Amino acid sequence: MRAFITVIGKDTVGILAKVSAACAEENISISEVTQSVLQDMFVMIMLVDMDKSKKTISEMSQKLDETGKEMGMKIHIMHEDIFNSMHRI
Amino acid sequence: MINTHDIIETVNMIDNENLDVRTITMGISLLSCIDEDIDKACTKIYDKICRYANDLVKTGEDISSEYGIPIIHKRISVTPIGMVASACQTQKIVKFALALEKAAKTVGVNFIGGYSALVQKGFSDGDYALIESIPEALSMTDHVCSSVNIGSTKAGINMDAVKMMGRIVKKTAEMTADRDCIGAAKLVVFCNAPEDNPFMAGAMHGPGEPDCEINVGVSGPGVVRAALSKCGDCDLAAVAELIKKTAFKITRTGQLVAQEASRRLGVPFGIVDLSLAPTPAIGDSVAHILEEMGLEECGCFGTTAALALLNDAVKKGGVMASSQVGGLSGAFIPVTEDAGMISAARSGCLTLNKLEAMTAVCSVGLDMINIPGDTTAEVISAIIADEAAIGMVNSKTTAVRVIPAIGKKEGDELNFGGLLGEGPVMYVNQKSPAKFINRGGRIPAPLQSLKN
Repeated sequence: MRAFITVIGKDTVGILAKVSAACAEENISISEVTQSVLQDMFVMIMLVDMDKSKKTISEMSQKLDETGKEMGMKIHIMHEDIFNSMHRI
Repeated sequence: MINTHDIIETVNMIDNENLDVRTITMGISLLSCIDEDIDKACTKIYDKICRYANDLVKTGEDISSEYGIPIIHKRISVTPIGMVASACQTQKIVKFALALEKAAKTVGVNFIGGYSALVQKGFSDGDYALIESIPEALSMTDHVCSSVNIGSTKAGINMDAVKMMGRIVKKTAEMTADRDCIGAAKLVVFCNAPEDNPFMAGAMHGPGEPDCEINVGVSGPGVVRAALSKCGDCDLAAVAELIKKTAFKITRTGQLVAQEASRRLGVPFGIVDLSLAPTPAIGDSVAHILEEMGLEECGCFGTTAALALLNDAVKKGGVMASSQVGGLSGAFIPVTEDAGMISAARSGCLTLNKLEAMTAVCSVGLDMINIPGDTTAEVISAIIADEAAIGMVNSKTTAVRVIPAIGKKEGDELNFGGLLGEGPVMYVNQKSPAKFINRGGRIPAPLQSLKN
């Protein structure tokens, strides 16, 4: 199962490293990453593969929430299907 | 990969704009539970509901946490109990309500709908007994919702039932006067009631429905308002386009949840109700969408036109997003459940007369309106008759859910708590329609019924 991780907030050092480390700890592999500054905010989006991870999305969501709080960023993880159904016909 | 802007938009909808799936409602047919002995029938009903809906709440919660979409309610609708009750040789119909209440508590749903009767053309014995038992049933239970269909475009309006319902609504409020008359908030009187409606208080599982199915109601007034707030001074065609696109996205999440729930529960998917259902939470109001379009306050002139545009655009956007559409499908205008309507009613800008006009173009009718406690049963019946006439002639669903605020007068407040909200008691014209209502009989079906 694939999911999107979104990271939004003010730019600081090591965002990518910390989020990737959190994924690696849970055996989640990163398929794609894009990073940009959107509406004056730092935005990073990762497409990840959770097939080999033992964590569920909601457990991973809690973990990333804590990682986000440490950096003052908002991190979400959501199932790929939500985005596909909303934005693709 | 999907475009960054789209991804952020979706995250924002859920995080900041109150996008949610309002309800997963499991419709369960009780036709197989009919028995002459009411106690046996009640046992069968309890067992069947518990068997079918055992995993409903857990499945809803699982889908919610897995997809990150809040699913607010898990509910059940059942075959109108009036049909089941017709076989029983007893007047103790209220036992059915207690069986439904017990089943709702066991499976953990927050409402169960279907303590209902379909009497648009006339009463069966069971229907009559059921309607008489509504005040007692709603005062003795917390989870049971009741509805009565008193008219349709095909059948006309059963004015005997209209007369009866004025009295029943008032008695229901009186019997729950110690709890802000909440009984009346769980009772709705319909014309052209849909048989697959997932929303309370009018949810029921009509006789033409399968044994069991999953219906889903979506929501998202906050998302529509947020989209409109970014569109600047565009013209109304552009406003309609924007609402359509937003409604499409909202409905797609409902469709996804409906299919997933249907698959996991092993129950056929029925319909998605393309609805904009408000809550009293700030930022989740249909009135605020109308105000975002450019009205100073909901209820001023222009409100009906704005609501007509909104209601139509929601349907047009939603209909392509779902494979099967049904229920009420449109914008809801329940006064006490909508922060913008509550404040417009308090300020006096939103009146019952304006609301009646709005019901000609919205998805339902006069919904969650507090009226003075001394309003006579005949006036309540006449409110129901007017609303039913609008529905009958326009081939649309209309409904009345008014709450007589026993012991209170215009300007006082009722507070139901939770999603039922709170609001002021509104002005009601008290001139007597008693002679008209007491004539009884039937208003014949209009010419619109002859479509063959």
